[in-house]
Amino acid sequence: MSNNELTNPELGGIEVHGMTRSSFMLRGALAAGAVYGTGAVAPFVSQAFAATGGGDVDILNFALTLEYLETDFYKVKAKQVGLSGEAKTYAKAFGDDEAAHVAAITAAIKQLGGKPVQKPTFVFPATSQSSFLKLASVVENLGVGAYNGAAPSIKSKQVLAAAGGIVQIEARHAAAINLLLDKTPTPNAGFDKPLSKKQVLAAAGPLIKM
Amino acid sequence: MPEDSGIETCAPQPAGIVERLVRDDADRKRFLKMAGSAGAASFGAFVLAACGGGSKSSSSATTAAAPATTASTSTGASAHAGDVSILNYALTLEYLETAFYAKVIEAKLFSGKVASLLKDFGAQEKSHVAALAAAVKQLGGTPVAEPASKFPVTSASQVAMLAYTVENLGAAAYLGQAGNIQSPEVLAAALSIHSVEARHAATLGTLVKKPITPDGAFGKPADMSTVLAAVKPFLA
Repeated sequence: MSNNELTNPELGGIEVHGMTRSSFMLRGALAAGAVYGTGAVAPFVSQAFAATGGGDVDILNFALTLEYLETDFYKVKAKQVGLSGEAKTYAKAFGDDEAAHVAAITAAIKQLGGKPVQKPTFVFPATSQSSFLKLASVVENLGVGAYNGAAPSIKSKQVLAAAGGIVQIEARHAAAINLLLDKTPTPNAGFDKPLSKKQVLAAAGPLIKM
Repeated sequence: MPEDSGIETCAPQPAGIVERLVRDDADRKRFLKMAGSAGAASFGAFVLAACGGGSKSSSSATTAAAPATTASTSTGASAHAGDVSILNYALTLEYLETAFYAKVIEAKLFSGKVASLLKDFGAQEKSHVAALAAAVKQLGGTPVAEPASKFPVTSASQVAMLAYTVENLGAAAYLGQAGNIQSPEVLAAALSIHSVEARHAATLGTLVKKPITPDGAFGKPADMSTVLAAVKPFLA
C-alpha cells in the first residue's frame, strides 16, 4: 500500500521490521497513551515505559485499546460515513467481533487482578466508503501485526490462547477487507510480520484523540 | 518432567509418532485420554509417554537421528524435543497443503484472479515448508519427509470448498499448538504462519460464499489428534 492511497499519510508509514528482542521490552506504552492521549506521549513513551516492567495485564490493556478503536470504527464511524453493500455487511459483522474482543479482554484483565484502560476517544479520517475501507485495511492489518508481535511475550497460556484466537479473526477481517479493495489478502506473503509496540503506537496514535 | 534419558531416546522420532497418530486409532485414543478433560493437551508429554509405551521396535528411526541428539546437552534436548515435534507436525501439514495447491494449479480449473490467488497461496505454503524444515534443523532435529498424498480434484467448486476446509483446519492446528511451544522464536514463527493460514481461509470463504469467520469472534483451536484424523483421507 502506498502512502498516497491513504487519507492519513501517517498511517501509510507503518514500518515493518523483523522482530527484535528489544521490541518485546516495550510495554505499557499504548495503555498509557489511552489514558493521557497517545499523541502527547507517542514520541517518547516507548522509551519511558520500557523500564516500568509490563506483563500480561499491560499487553492485554494494549490490545484492549486497539479493540476499542476497531469497535468504534465499525460501529460508530461506519454509520457516520454511510456504507452500502458488502462493506456495510462486513462492518456490521466485524464490529460485533471487535466488541466481543473488548468484552473478553476486559474480563481477562479483571481476572488477572488488573484494571482495564478507559475507552479513549477516537478520530478517524474517513469520509467515504472508499476511505473507510482503506482505513479498515490499515487498522486490521495493524491489529494482526500487533498481536503477533506481543504474543510471544505473554506468560499465561490462557492469555496466549485467547490472543491467538483473536489474532486469527483480525487476519480473516484483514483478508476480506483487502479483497474488497482489490488488494492482495496476504500483503506480507507467507509470513505476517510482527510489529513492536512502538510501531503500533506510531500508526494508531494519530487515531486517538488527545 | 520425566527423566532426560527418556527424552533422548524419544526425541528423534517425531515423524514416527505423527505417522502413528495418523494411522493408529489406539494411539489417538491414548493421546486424547492423556490430554484429559482440561483441554490443556501437551504434545510433549505425549511424545514421552508414547516412547515409553513401546516404541522400541522402531530402532531404525532412533539410530538415524541420534547424532543430532547427542550433539545437544540433555537439557537442551528436553527443551527442544517438544518444539521439534510440533514443527514436524506443522511441516507435515504444510507439505500436504503445498501438494494440494500444486495439484489444483496443475488441473487448471481456475483462471484470472482466482487462479492467481491460489498460485500465491501455494507458493506461500511452500515457503512455510522451507521455513519449518529450517527451524527443525536449527533446533537439532530431523525434518520429516514429505508424505505421499492424494486429493480429490474434480471441479472448481469442489476444490475451492476443499481448500476452504483445509485452510480452516490449518489455522486451527497452529492455534492448537501455540500454548505448547516453548521457544519464543518458534512461537513467533508459528504465529506469523497462523495468521496467513487464516487469511487464506477467509479468502476462500469469500469465494465459496461461506463464513469468513466460521468460529465467530474467536478462532477455535484444534488438537493434534483431531487434525491428524481429519487429514488422514489425504495421505496416500
